[in-house]
Amino acid sequence: MSATARTFAVWIACALLLLALPQVFSSRTSLTLMNITGIWVVFALAYNMLLGQAGMLSFGHAVYFGLGGYAAIHLMAAIKVHKLGIPVALLPLVGFMAGALAGAIIGWFSCRRAGTPFAMISLGVGELIAASGLMFVSVFGGEEGISADRSAGPALFGQTLGSQINVYYFIAFWAFVAALAMWLFARTPLGRLSNALRDNPDRVAFIGYNPERVRWLVFLLSGGFAGLAGTLSAVNFEIITPEKLGAHNSGVVLLMTYIGGITVFYGPIIGAILLSLMQSMLSDFTKVWQLYLGLLFIVVVMFAPRGIGGVVAHMLGVVRRGELGGRLPVWLLGMAGSMIAFVGCVLVIEMGYRLREGGKVFAPFGHVFQQTLLTNWLLAFVAIASGIALIVVAMRWQRRGSLKAAMVLKEAMP
Amino acid sequence: MTATPALELRNVVKNFGQVEIIRDVSLSIPAGERHAVIGPNGAGKSTLFNLISGSFAPTSGEIRVEGRNVGGAPPYQINRGGLSRSFQVTNIFHNMSVYENIRCATLWALGHRYVFWRLIGGMKDVAARIAEILDLIGLSEVRETPAGLLSYADQRALEIGVTIAGGARVILLDEPTAGMSSHETARAVALIRKVSEGRTLVIVEHDMSVVFGLADRISVLVYGQIIATGTPAEIRANPRVREAYLGEEAA
Repeated sequence: MSATARTFAVWIACALLLLALPQVFSSRTSLTLMNITGIWVVFALAYNMLLGQAGMLSFGHAVYFGLGGYAAIHLMAAIKVHKLGIPVALLPLVGFMAGALAGAIIGWFSCRRAGTPFAMISLGVGELIAASGLMFVSVFGGEEGISADRSAGPALFGQTLGSQINVYYFIAFWAFVAALAMWLFARTPLGRLSNALRDNPDRVAFIGYNPERVRWLVFLLSGGFAGLAGTLSAVNFEIITPEKLGAHNSGVVLLMTYIGGITVFYGPIIGAILLSLMQSMLSDFTKVWQLYLGLLFIVVVMFAPRGIGGVVAHMLGVVRRGELGGRLPVWLLGMAGSMIAFVGCVLVIEMGYRLREGGKVFAPFGHVFQQTLLTNWLLAFVAIASGIALIVVAMRWQRRGSLKAAMVLKEAMP
Repeated sequence: MTATPALELRNVVKNFGQVEIIRDVSLSIPAGERHAVIGPNGAGKSTLFNLISGSFAPTSGEIRVEGRNVGGAPPYQINRGGLSRSFQVTNIFHNMSVYENIRCATLWALGHRYVFWRLIGGMKDVAARIAEILDLIGLSEVRETPAGLLSYADQRALEIGVTIAGGARVILLDEPTAGMSSHETARAVALIRKVSEGRTLVIVEHDMSVVFGLADRISVLVYGQIIATGTPAEIRANPRVREAYLGEEAA
């Protein structure tokens, strides 16, 4: 019972947090950022229904995001032109249905395969739909896309979606509802069977389930939630372009879901928040922010395959078991090492970029790092080397049980 | 009128390309019987199981489960029809807990199918069935443990649990005691005896003490053909069997 109560409390806290956020971060910039983040959170969670829960790797999930968005934007435009009595705030339901319908049709053939063939089909379908987006100008609007007015149509509870703060509450509401629905989905028979499918698809057929049908249903529902996210995007930007259907969008959602962690429910939420922040804020500080994204992705894949969410879950487990005291020194040492190595990497990346491409000299916190000075390069490599050394010591400390044993250079005898 | 056999094979043939693996096998197993299939390596025992459970379609011939021809049907349809199998190499859901393994295996039979609009936690029939199965296979204590972390013998017990959780009336067990110590084998045999009560059991097994202790009847498969079927005593006394397979081992 206490577990149920605790879960309930977490959801209530999330709802309160969503209500309180715009009181704290009320500037235009932060509202813009939070709105975008909310859209990505829904999209990443929808994507993880496939990747994390059912083990289906898709390279074309933006198709359902985009088609949901297009369904919404066409209806939004029609609401204005034909004075339809449909509130724009309810459009996410339409986007869900459009995404689910597209998922049902495309999934009907793509879900007959699993694993690599499924991934390849998703890539092909993604390219196909994205190309169609540019060809069928009357439907997708060509490169300029299709725009509409979100403040059109009847008000809901006396509010239209004209102002940015109203859009925030609109996105927050639907993101919360969608996240809750997806969380509950994992706790239904089909949700559990999709986990079984991820673990061992062959066995699923021998406990009475048609694996193709399970994949198709999960795919359809995931497409629906992606379509819902696409609608949030269409309402937020009042425009949707064919590039939203394309490989870049599909790639970003894969990156954020994987970096956030596919094995815990909140992993994709972490990933969506982190990447949205990086996209909007890091790009102010550096021209090469995408190099850092790539670096982060590689580090996660190699050293934390369960993502940031997996690391968080591991830490929470340690705290719950009361082992934090013993682990904390190791963690702090490892974190210090990572930070030092990271600073070294930043120096190398920034100075290296300027060495070739020129531009203003790298000067974080007022300290100038001239890229032509050998000492700066030495400093950077010393930082990387000593950071890695600290990480190695921390890992050995963890494995061998004491700092003294960790300092012995030779590998301990088994 | 004779009762319909639980499992009946009529002139079943399976070729892989030019190679004949199963050559005209006919076999009738009445409901409630414990039937063992023995034979040297490569005789086609696993292929026979794969045909019966729907992994492959037979090249020709009929496979009837409780009178219905299932030859060529996909595995999930055969399973829904009341026939369930285990695997020689442990085939469970390794990253899921013992509890979840059993839970997934109960859902179809209890009519919950592809439901995504009801929470699984509130399904009392499911919870009751899981408790019953966990108790039967003796894994109640480790219900929260991920299946992949269980000991080998416990994984084999879970494999049997997943096989029977759907309430199938015909159970196929593929070498359930392979790789076990004699102590573990004794435990597994006791479990198999328990879970096959009131069901039809077909078992492939290499351990002759298990076969002769457990089976009501035995079929001997050699080069894709059944050369003898009979009670353990008959099989022991059969000169063809002794020549082809048993040798000194069972004499």
